Amino acid sequence: MDILSIIFIVAGLFFLIVAAIGVVRLPDVFSRSHAVSLTDSLGAFLMLIGMSLHEGLDKNTLKILVVLALLYILNPVIAHATIRAALRSGIKPWKKETP
Amino acid sequence: MKTFLLYVMVLLALLIGAYLYRVLRGPTIFDRVLGLNGISTKAIILLIVIGMYFGRVDMFIDISTGYALLNLVGALAVAKFLEQKGHP
Repeated sequence: MDILSIIFIVAGLFFLIVAAIGVVRLPDVFSRSHAVSLTDSLGAFLMLIGMSLHEGLDKNTLKILVVLALLYILNPVIAHATIRAALRSGIKPWKKETP
Repeated sequence: MKTFLLYVMVLLALLIGAYLYRVLRGPTIFDRVLGLNGISTKAIILLIVIGMYFGRVDMFIDISTGYALLNLVGALAVAKFLEQKGHP
């Protein structure tokens, strides 16, 4: 069971690193929110599944799954509210300049 | 297993530093809000990893749940305030 949980945690860390690179490198607030919301949700899912596999079957595993469900409600709601506020306050989306 | 958890904790701290760059010099204020959301997600995961490292998951998981609920309320309040500021 240890090997399986290590595989899940390393896969989650890969997605979190990709999300951090996207946050630093992408050009616009809308594309940055794409990196934060989607990739971060998948990375958190894989890491928490790996930790609950390591814990075994008791009430701590149930609490970790409750935190996982809470993150899956919380992360898209916050990204949607922030991007809606950014679009309504007049920020134009980024377009590539055609030479 | 404990050494692996120590490496995971160090890597998560470095990722928090990468998000902090975006918070400190974002061009607009919405970039800063997005960076804070990412930092809070990393902090939730980091709290559970710390609990597994010290063998006290039953205590740290409750702190993590409270932090997640507080983050939801705070980010929604900031988003609603900034949205209404543009349209008085």
